[in-house]
Amino acid sequence: MNAPFRTPTGGRVDRGATRRFSFDGRSYDGLAGDTLASALLSHGVHLVGRSFKYHRPRGFLAAGSEEPNALTSVNRGGGRVTPNLRMTQVELYDGMEARSQNHWPSLAFDVGAVNGLMSPIFAAGFYYKTFMGPKFMRGPGLWAKLFEPAIRRAAGLGVAADEGDPDVYANRFVHCDVLVVGAGPAGIAAALAAGRAGKQIILCDEGAELGGALLAEPKLEIEGRPAAAWLAATLRDLAAMPNVTALPRTQAFGYYGHNLVALAERLTDHLPGVDTTVPRERMWQVRAAEVVLATGAIERPLVFPGNDRPGVMLAEAGRVFLNRYGVKAGSRAVVATAHDSAYRVALDLQAAGVTIAAIVDLRERPTGPLVEQARGAGLRIVTGGTVMGTKGHWRVSEATVAHVSGDHVTDLQRIPCDLLLMSGGWTPSIHLFSQSRGVIAYDTATEMFIPGKAVQAQRSAGSCRGLFGFADVLADGYAAGLDAAGAAGGDAPALGDKAFAVRGDDAYGPGGFSGALPISGDGARAKAFVDFQNDVTAKDIKLATREGFRSIEHIKRYTTTGMATDQGKTSNLNALAIAAKALNEPVPAVGLTTFRQPFTPVTFGTFAGMSRGQMFDPVRQTPIHDWAAAHGAEFEDVSLWKRAHYFPEPGEDMHAAVDRECRRTRESAGLFDASTLGKIEVAGPDAAEFLNRLYPNSWTKLGVGRCRYGLMLNEAGFIMDDGVVGRLAPDRFHVTTTTGGAPRVLNHMEDYLQTEFPDLKVWLTSTTDQWAVIAVQGPRARDILLPLIDDVDMSAAAMPHMAIRLGHICGVPMRLFRVSFTGELGFEVNVPADYGRAVWEAIWSEGRAYDAVAYGTEAMHVLRAEKGYIIVGQDTDGTMTPDDVGLGGMVAKQKPDFVGMRSLTRPFLTGEGRKQLVGLLPDDDAIVLDEGAQIVDRAEVPNGTHALGHVTSSYRSGVVGRSIALAVVERGRSRMGETLFIPMPGGSIPAKIVSPVFYDPQGERLNG
Amino acid sequence: MLLIPCPYCGPRPELEFRHAGEAHVVRDPSLSSDAAWGAFLYARSNTRGVIAERWRHASGCGRFFNCLRDTVSDNILQTYKTGEPRPDLALDAATRRQLGDVAPDQSVAATEAAR
Ligand SMILES: [Zn+2]
Repeated sequence: MNAPFRTPTGGRVDRGATRRFSFDGRSYDGLAGDTLASALLSHGVHLVGRSFKYHRPRGFLAAGSEEPNALTSVNRGGGRVTPNLRMTQVELYDGMEARSQNHWPSLAFDVGAVNGLMSPIFAAGFYYKTFMGPKFMRGPGLWAKLFEPAIRRAAGLGVAADEGDPDVYANRFVHCDVLVVGAGPAGIAAALAAGRAGKQIILCDEGAELGGALLAEPKLEIEGRPAAAWLAATLRDLAAMPNVTALPRTQAFGYYGHNLVALAERLTDHLPGVDTTVPRERMWQVRAAEVVLATGAIERPLVFPGNDRPGVMLAEAGRVFLNRYGVKAGSRAVVATAHDSAYRVALDLQAAGVTIAAIVDLRERPTGPLVEQARGAGLRIVTGGTVMGTKGHWRVSEATVAHVSGDHVTDLQRIPCDLLLMSGGWTPSIHLFSQSRGVIAYDTATEMFIPGKAVQAQRSAGSCRGLFGFADVLADGYAAGLDAAGAAGGDAPALGDKAFAVRGDDAYGPGGFSGALPISGDGARAKAFVDFQNDVTAKDIKLATREGFRSIEHIKRYTTTGMATDQGKTSNLNALAIAAKALNEPVPAVGLTTFRQPFTPVTFGTFAGMSRGQMFDPVRQTPIHDWAAAHGAEFEDVSLWKRAHYFPEPGEDMHAAVDRECRRTRESAGLFDASTLGKIEVAGPDAAEFLNRLYPNSWTKLGVGRCRYGLMLNEAGFIMDDGVVGRLAPDRFHVTTTTGGAPRVLNHMEDYLQTEFPDLKVWLTSTTDQWAVIAVQGPRARDILLPLIDDVDMSAAAMPHMAIRLGHICGVPMRLFRVSFTGELGFEVNVPADYGRAVWEAIWSEGRAYDAVAYGTEAMHVLRAEKGYIIVGQDTDGTMTPDDVGLGGMVAKQKPDFVGMRSLTRPFLTGEGRKQLVGLLPDDDAIVLDEGAQIVDRAEVPNGTHALGHVTSSYRSGVVGRSIALAVVERGRSRMGETLFIPMPGGSIPAKIVSPVFYDPQGERLNG
Repeated sequence: MLLIPCPYCGPRPELEFRHAGEAHVVRDPSLSSDAAWGAFLYARSNTRGVIAERWRHASGCGRFFNCLRDTVSDNILQTYKTGEPRPDLALDAATRRQLGDVAPDQSVAATEAAR
């Protein structure tokens, strides 16, 4: 296919290697080495997107990662859709399918462009005014008909895939002596120096090829060789150093504390086809002893009306497309500039056959070698000139140029063109430096923000710190590399600074212009864009200052300038200059906004790495899990555990299954897998004293072979966990915790043991996973277990409630607890986890004779609620004391100290009006209250009604024959018999306050 | 992500640690004043600058230890074992320099003075 804008020779593309691709369904071809941008430009395609807010036609602004307009979605099939990629970074491969974004139904005919006609309502602060403005703005009619559809259409750029991402992503943690970010001339020289010093180096660059600006310099010579040859030789030298790792296609996107820099490496997106055996991207978390930032500089656009039309691009981008990709971005160019570097662009383009219609220089008297060269080449230069506007529907066709003096313009003239190249000068890329919390300095001489004092072990080199000219940049990079190598410590050969002989560099320096170019008239409808991606104009920023915003951080949020995915790479300085001028303050006094990670967007896959699906979070299963699954259990997640929720029989729903499980347990027996309970072995000569200090109960008098229910308090006196503590030996206790609380409780114990009571000789060991726990509950519990245990006397007299025995079950070592969380006769059989399933099945077999059931966590909840037993975290919320839940009696009165003791005497915890645990019976015994529902003292609930408490647990109870609930209510224990109300959308539900013990209030069944 | 020098294991990434609040907050259950006890429970210095705080090497040795960290720069100046007194920073200027504490705050002035 004919690519009319491809030069016959030149560039780094491989002219023998055609790459076919499609864009918006139309087929094109490009060359190996092209980006999607350069390939499209070789066919003269400039219209590649619609803008975010006004849906204006947009083309390419830049040639690199700073591109705000030319975003694409690349679809590789099977859910492999990546939106919002910058076409200027997308490497072309054969068969690529790319689409433009943010338009409907097509790029050329976009309904959303009507937004441009409504631009007055989309001005600065539109979102704030709409969401928070006067009510008529938020009225349902306007909202539903106008604003919401507009916002929905405007919100978001590309469309994410609606299938799961089938690719794999990798993650790597590495340490190195020196990390060099950016492999342009400064970065390569830095890596060369540090590499020669023998340090472990990582050199990374966002580009497909290392080299940065050197990749677009056909006339430059370094050390007597063409730049390309020097680059190739130097990269070979670096590759030969085993201590240097060079990473192309690797974006350093975040600089974090203690010199941790995050890199995103793209491994396969540039390759045709899909290879699922290699990761698509890799996240590197690099901990560097020293960092060299060589991140370069970004050219600034000029802000004039119509500066966003396709065919208007940054001047250097035109040069990069020509010199690196062999593509002319147009055939007749106007170059608008405030800086010498655009002259170099004009000269290169002219040499390639592009007509330079005019150079419009904002400066009255531009001087310097490049200006002289341009004059010598016969280029027409309009000095003291500005661009007043552009014309052209899908692409620029004309620039309106004028002379400017002060705020007045004269001599308007229209210059036909199909390319408008602009340069406001160069902005050092200090994003990563700012992320590292370095202090940004403003250099008044050059009017640039540059890195000031570093606060981490790093230094900046080259144009990111305001240097220009290859000789200076190379030498600076080399010196920075040596400095970093020296600072990294250890032995290093003494290397001196190095000068690089450079020829053919058309030197230019700092300077340029930031802000909005002067225009005639009030420019009320003129759209001079500052932030191209978020469609923020100069007028928007001025409006924000008129509406009273003075802080640049507020102006940024109000106008959304700099808040798009490009993070304002091309816009921040212009926005700042416009705001400063409007506020009549110097630029450094207004200051920059904070630069944030990531520098360029990073895929979710890269962050997630391997942490997805089964690998997202560990899943804990008990030794009895597979048995439960085989017996039809439905599972629920409790912290990381999978717990059997209930065991439905054919035809049963959850309610029927739970009802049966509860009934059979109370009538005969039920088996419950309690293996998830946290278990901590507390051992040592001071174990009892340690528990005395950790729990409000007294443990000293607890005999060996006995256990006791313990409430664990935090230092503030509030219940944090509960469980049973059994004494196995004078110096050994078996402590249980709630399922989710085990790590927290162990941490709490370790904290006090290590830091408050270090004098105590105690060892703490987590044994949660060591023991399988089988609860056998119900009047037949003993009958079921008896045949399996022959070395423990389980009679009621020999083994009363709250006794522990060591013995064997089915020949397996066992800790047998006689405990009950159901109110029935109950045992908990602890066996080594590996025997859990076998012992469970043995007990299950015995249980068949009694028609015993396996019950799940739902039945467990109902059974304990019928008895008024609390679940910490459900019936308590971190503000409940033992007395609040009716367990004040277990707090020892005579202990010198325990955690929480002092707090329990605070007036707030002892005063009147505390919420107390009570039972609640709705008048209508069929109503099961909503857990979490509020409780008030009146049926009608005007706004401001005081809530007395809330429902904490609520179930339908088979054995009670009605619905029951637990609740916490102010002064609840003094309200027995009172009727309170639970206001619900369908009306208030009256309910009576009762004792929280609904079943067997005397507790006789425990002693069976 | 911080790089925290555990006094028992050496430098390890923050991922392995759990923060445990301000250090040197003295627990004295014999305090009779409810206000003083309330302050012990809830009031923390929230220093801008160097703070002594507790960390636990939860996914390592499991030990609690103390740490001097600059809340402005996030630089860690020193870690030390539980029970040891808070180090006098002025005496440890060399350590501070080694740890790269160049934060623009008063503590740097103290470092300079100590040189
Ligand atoms: Zn450790």
